[in-house]
Formats: sequence, C-alpha cells, structure tokens
Amino acid sequence: MASDPPRDPSPSTPPPSAPPPSAPSGGPLKAAGLDLKTMEKMIRLGIPHCAALGVTVEAVSAGRVTFGLPYDRRFVGDPERGILHGGVVTTLIDTVCGMAVMARLMRLLPIATLDLRIDYLAPARADETLYASAECYHTTRSIAFCRAWAWHQGAEDDPVATCAGTFMLNSVGKPPVRRDIEAEVRAATGQDAAPGGDPA
Amino acid sequence: MSPFLQAIAEAKASGDPGRVLQAIPYLDFLGVQLRQDPADGSLLSILPPDDKLIGNPRLPALHGGVVGAFLESAALMQLLWASETVSRLPKVITVTIDYLRPASPVETIARAEVTRQGRRIATVRTIAWQQDPGRPVAAANAHFLLPQPDAAAEETGRGTAG
Repeated sequence: MASDPPRDPSPSTPPPSAPPPSAPSGGPLKAAGLDLKTMEKMIRLGIPHCAALGVTVEAVSAGRVTFGLPYDRRFVGDPERGILHGGVVTTLIDTVCGMAVMARLMRLLPIATLDLRIDYLAPARADETLYASAECYHTTRSIAFCRAWAWHQGAEDDPVATCAGTFMLNSVGKPPVRRDIEAEVRAATGQDAAPGGDPA
Repeated sequence: MSPFLQAIAEAKASGDPGRVLQAIPYLDFLGVQLRQDPADGSLLSILPPDDKLIGNPRLPALHGGVVGAFLESAALMQLLWASETVSRLPKVITVTIDYLRPASPVETIARAEVTRQGRRIATVRTIAWQQDPGRPVAAANAHFLLPQPDAAAEETGRGTAG
C-alpha cells in the first residue's frame, strides 16, 4: 500500500514502541467488520483455540494488529521458572499475523499459514500479560508477508520473540468464520454483502 | 533436584516418556502424549483431537499455533529422551515451521530427529502427519541451546520447556 509509512524491512527489528492507534469508529476497518470489537467477537466465537487461551484484541489499525494474552499457569512450559511455553507465543503470533493481513486488505478472507520463523529472544515473564503485534507489510495476489513481535507492557522495544511469516490468501473457497458469526458481524457493521473475497 | 527434573529422570528410568508431559502444564493443556514406535522403539509424539485445539471450525482445522507448538514440543522431547543426563532444560533459540497441508481435527503424530548434536547447540528436524505418514501436515526445524556444566554463563535464548 503506497500510503504505508516506510519501515525497516528486517523482521527481527521491532518497529517503534508507540502503541498502534485503534481504528476510528466508522472507518474502513469498521466497514470491513475488522474493528476491535468485531475482531474480538470473531476470535471468541470463530477461533475456538484462541477463545480457550483467552486472547484479547488490544489495538487494530490498517495492516497492524495487537493481541494480548493474560498470564495463565496452564500455559507454562518451564515449571521451574513459570515461563510460558513457546507454543503459546506461536499461536498468538500466528493468529495476530492473520488478522493483520485482513486489516491491511480491509476484508475478511480465508488465509493459510505457509511458514513461520520464530526467534525466542528472552523468556516471557511469569505473571505478566504477553502482547503480540503483527504488521502485514506486503501482499501479492496470492501471498501476504508479515512480521510480528511478542512483548510485555512497557518493553515493546525489547521483545520476547520476533517472527517472520508468509501466508496464502484465499486458501480455501470458504470465508474464515461460520455463517452465524458472519451474520453477527454483518449486523454489527451494517454490511449487506457477505464478507470474504472470491476464491483464488 | 527440582520436581520437574526429577520427573524427567524418573520417566527415563521407568521407560515411560509420558510422565515428562505431566510435569509441563501447557503440554498437559494440549493433551500431548508420547509413545514408542513398536517398529523401531523411536519416540513418537501424539496429539489427540480436541475441540479446544480448533482454529478454523469451518474447514475444520487445528489451529496453526497448536501444530507449531506440538512440533516444538516433539523436538524437545526427542532431545530429552536421547540425552544421557538432563541437568537443565534445553532452550529453544529459533524454530521454523512449514505448514504443508491443513491439519484436520484427528490424531496427529510427530517424529523428531536430532540432525546435529553439538556441545552447545542441537538441531532437531520434526515432521507431523495424520492418517498417512507419506502426506505430512507440517514440518519444523529448531535450534536449541543445550544446558552447560557452567550453566550460569549461558543466558542467551529462551528458558522454555519447548
């Protein structure tokens, strides 16, 4: 997108720590059913594993999304130190990247992860909410490219993990959420047309 | 010895790798199991299907993060299982996950192979499949920092159980 601000292309370099602005109500994200509240509903009703983890949506803007995950002992991988399992970070990053792709393209569409490369820079701290932010920085007709970083409050410049991921667009002919959730999303946003792009 | 490392030592001594999993809360949450391949005695990680592991109910498919977590866990278990002694947990440094096919909500099986075991770093390749081992659903390559005798000097990497 020509309007994107220039950024360091290195996936291991997190962008500046200023929190991403939430989409103004009534903007294109809202029209696409991708505002914060609707996205939270999609996760709660449409992505059972993220609902089971208790994932929250913290911020949404064009091409950029931030999730939160409150600390929970059930997700610990190192019981010695109470540190979250790396797999939880993977789940958070995978999902937030997918949402960032939709928030860049401004529409709901089926997306499949092609690959993720995750670097674990530091242990996730016990008893603290873990945040994950993703930026979709390039798309082609078929592929989206993302970077993501997981961090704790006040330390977005010093992330726990960084990630580079690629995603296939319109991976299947089905929209990404169930029809009843689509209907709720449409009702919430006043959309007439069904969300989701044409299958590739 | 801490209760966790004690559990690993006991699991190895008893020949029941599944006992390690009970000591790792997240693997217990996912429902990961371990078994030995009757053909060659190698270690297999098993992920039974569970509604809470679904990422896309419309396909339906397991969440990609769950598949990634499962592969990472299988790699760590292989390292723990193959090593003579476990003084501390290896730390994951990087993991690269390739998603090859949609993972259906059925039993998923993973086999890990230590492609290089160095003094400080181990590299582990993991493949996961469902009904057909010839049609893998995902593969991963992971680098681990191994615990050192003078472990205090090693603070790089992530302190995770995998």
